[in-house]
Amino acid sequence: MATEMSVLHKISSNVKKEAAYAVLDRQATRIKEELRQGARKPYKEVIDVYWGNPHRTGMKPLSFVRQVLAACLYPELMKGDKLPADVRQKAQGLLGECSGGSVGCYTATAGTPEIVHRLSEFITRRDGGVPSHPENIFISPGSQWSLANIFKVLVNREAPTRTGVLAPVPCYSTSALSIEELGGAVVPYYLSEEQGWELQVEELHRALESAKGACNPVALYVINPGNPSGHVQSRKSMQEVIRFVSEKRLFLLADEVYQDCVHGEKSGFVSYKRVLAEMGPLLADTVELASFHSVSKGCMGECGLRGGYVELVNLDPAVMKHIYILCSTDSCAPVLGQIALDLMVNPPQPGDPSYPLYDVETQHIRTTLRHNVKRAHAVLNSLPGFCCQPVEGGAFAFPRLDLPPKAVQKAKEAGLQPDLFYVIRLLEEAGVLVSPGSEYRQKEGTYHIRFCIMMPQHIMEEVLRRLERFHTKFMKDFS
Amino acid sequence: MSQQAVDGVPRRGKVLTLDNMNPNVKRVEYAVRGPIVQRAVQIEKELREGIKKPFTEVIKANIGDAHAMGQKPITFLRQVLALCSYPELLEDDKFPSDAKKRARRILEACGGHSIGAYSASQGIECIRQDVAAFIERRDGGIPSNPDNIFLSTGASDAIVTMLKLLVCGEGRDRTGVMISIPQYPLYSAALADLGAVQINYYLDEDKCWGLDVTELKRALNEARQHCDPRVLCIINPGNPTGQVQSRKCIEDVIRFAKEEHLFLMADEVYQENVYAENCKFHSFKKVLFEMGPEFSSTVEMASFHSTSKCYMGECGFRGGYMELINLDPEVKAQLIKLVSVRLCPPIPGQALLDLVVNPPQPNEPSYTTFTKERTAVLATLAEKAQLTEQIFNTVPGITCNPVQGAMYTFPRITLPQKAIDEAKKEGQVPDMFYCMRLLEEEGICLVPGSGFGQREGTLHFRMTILPPTEKLKMVLQKICDFQLRFTQEFS
Repeated sequence: MATEMSVLHKISSNVKKEAAYAVLDRQATRIKEELRQGARKPYKEVIDVYWGNPHRTGMKPLSFVRQVLAACLYPELMKGDKLPADVRQKAQGLLGECSGGSVGCYTATAGTPEIVHRLSEFITRRDGGVPSHPENIFISPGSQWSLANIFKVLVNREAPTRTGVLAPVPCYSTSALSIEELGGAVVPYYLSEEQGWELQVEELHRALESAKGACNPVALYVINPGNPSGHVQSRKSMQEVIRFVSEKRLFLLADEVYQDCVHGEKSGFVSYKRVLAEMGPLLADTVELASFHSVSKGCMGECGLRGGYVELVNLDPAVMKHIYILCSTDSCAPVLGQIALDLMVNPPQPGDPSYPLYDVETQHIRTTLRHNVKRAHAVLNSLPGFCCQPVEGGAFAFPRLDLPPKAVQKAKEAGLQPDLFYVIRLLEEAGVLVSPGSEYRQKEGTYHIRFCIMMPQHIMEEVLRRLERFHTKFMKDFS
Repeated sequence: MSQQAVDGVPRRGKVLTLDNMNPNVKRVEYAVRGPIVQRAVQIEKELREGIKKPFTEVIKANIGDAHAMGQKPITFLRQVLALCSYPELLEDDKFPSDAKKRARRILEACGGHSIGAYSASQGIECIRQDVAAFIERRDGGIPSNPDNIFLSTGASDAIVTMLKLLVCGEGRDRTGVMISIPQYPLYSAALADLGAVQINYYLDEDKCWGLDVTELKRALNEARQHCDPRVLCIINPGNPTGQVQSRKCIEDVIRFAKEEHLFLMADEVYQENVYAENCKFHSFKKVLFEMGPEFSSTVEMASFHSTSKCYMGECGFRGGYMELINLDPEVKAQLIKLVSVRLCPPIPGQALLDLVVNPPQPNEPSYTTFTKERTAVLATLAEKAQLTEQIFNTVPGITCNPVQGAMYTFPRITLPQKAIDEAKKEGQVPDMFYCMRLLEEEGICLVPGSGFGQREGTLHFRMTILPPTEKLKMVLQKICDFQLRFTQEFS
């Protein structure tokens, strides 16, 4: 055991704060152990909907993807015709693009060049022809990895004033943590809950103004579709954001990992890059933008493979050179993650042997999500004390909790954030693990919970049933 | 609003510029994937376009990538990983039962039985347990606690994470980190990135790159004048030098770390790559514990391992782990938070690591093939290590220490003064000048010693010993011939 004079007693001061997840994880572990020992509870298992982890909650991987990965891992499988012809062809092609024909090789720093090239072609297609250049794309072990690298370039610890990054409230906790861990300051801008978590540009102005004297804001971080908000930005709003960053000379970071998760009937996803390109050369050629995507969400849900990329637009070439060197110290992204990215943007096409199954599987996933969103929204809004904005996109529901004052009081006495108090109770009494809104920041005096909605329908129903039962009792107990 | 010319074109009004970007990032270099490699890639492109050169392929002996040089993956490992990726294959009787057993166990431990689910940031629990069991076996029964094991995205990720945790303070109190010269440039890059103070201690080339405590003391005392030294990094077996430290040396280092109150970082990714007959890998942890409780209960240490090297060579999976010894529990809580920013290490890499620490046993069907393949890989590497030392030492101007372990040779080159002057004229360090010439004339890509650090006035290059034996012989011969030609040209 360490002595009292631990070397590490002085540690980097950026890494200091307790995370709610640690508390809840311990509790969940204890409950699971008790269940294993035969303890009687109102539930037989804990349902974990804390993170956006679709496979964990029962969504299935796409067969085509897994067949290609298996064939790449163990090329013996390509002998004979057990695997569909297009799987074998794709795997063969991919292996030909790996050095030494093995997925165990390092790749070029930014990713296997042919895969990067195909990513740029995808982006061009997606954006209706707006050109994308391979040399602006860097594949990494997940979008958060790329995001951290870009934050790292932006946050200047030697500057006289602390570097600030404007980030939404509510905001995906990992991104905010990433900024702070690097020594940057999060400058919060509040999304308008009553307007479906819309981003209002006046609020961006206010936030920027508030930072005066406190830090030096250099960038604006936007998540679209939102996490946890589920809001899908309108083109108009995106244009306002672009004009704002241009006017205020901010770097724009667009986290678009949920671009394939759009459920609402009226809202569709359009990328920041495309909107920018359509605003004329004065903006299109100058606004500096980083957009992020990943294999973790959408129909793939392959969080564990760690594949993501960043596309950098209009950056100073001299800065790009340093970004390249920085990325090179990570060697390269995991090859299977790179391959998954490739398969995400180049799925089976009609006429391909794998297409029918691929189509069935993806349709099922989309139907499931649409159904879950509808059900979650309906159930939550039927319960007094819950108010859920439309979930237009993303992987989560983020309803507001109107906690009775007695509950808030009880929480404060226990030294807990009120929504964490609620969530701890929910886990204990109903065996459902969700995350408290306090993890994502929220307007003072408001409380929320966040839970993933990417799961088989019957599990979603079970979650909603347990939540409804618990919530009704909770509100009664603290009335 | 910065105005500067880049390539002669004035750049006005960029938001993110060289002037306002993180200055630490500008100081980062990484020779293994640096300018010479970029030139090599360009030459490959030119070859593909049909441009005639004195060679038909570029041999990339710059990076420790065994599969890229033709080494075959280990069958068992790939079988299990394929089963994990596409569990329908568990019905296929082409796969041996022990592979299926392991795949089932791994999938059971994955969320939703899928390698596509996030795991806990610290890594899948049963895999950490298997890693702990492996370490215990390796170290003759010294206990290892799975809670002190953190799986990571390659060893590099864990190394950088620990450094992030350790580096703090300002000005004269800024953390100093001792690293060997020569070193694997991830360390210098990470230190530049973090704005830590790099403290160089020199390995002794004349003593087969041995480590001397007096040199550690010298470096430390000097450093104390301008920073707060708190960390000592050591790579064993060494990269780029290949030396395998003696047990006595390891004890000396541990004693030194205790006396000087330093956190020890032991990079042991090459622990199975030991070739020299008189050398043996001693894990820092084992030695620490065998030195008794006075040391084993006080010295704070992290040891690192990976799936990229040894006999597996699975660089592309980004699998690795670190084991922490005597870490303050409060600090560990912060570490857990820090690794959460990465979400989790790639599951295929975690699964692969599980197989490496849990290989087929003598009573299992895959054992024979597995052992055969593993032995063949390591035997071939040993052969190539010896071959390399032998051939390089035949030519004047190249002196090569025995390649005791790891995957590289780091020979010293003696260049005529005229060559050094010519290099200076071209604005290049002499060993870069040498290596660039070699690349252009022979299509062989090495990394200049300046990328790893070397004593003032000495020049080296790092070459991998990974090309297949016949090709390696050819490469070695070409380099020897080039050395003679080059010396002649600049005499």
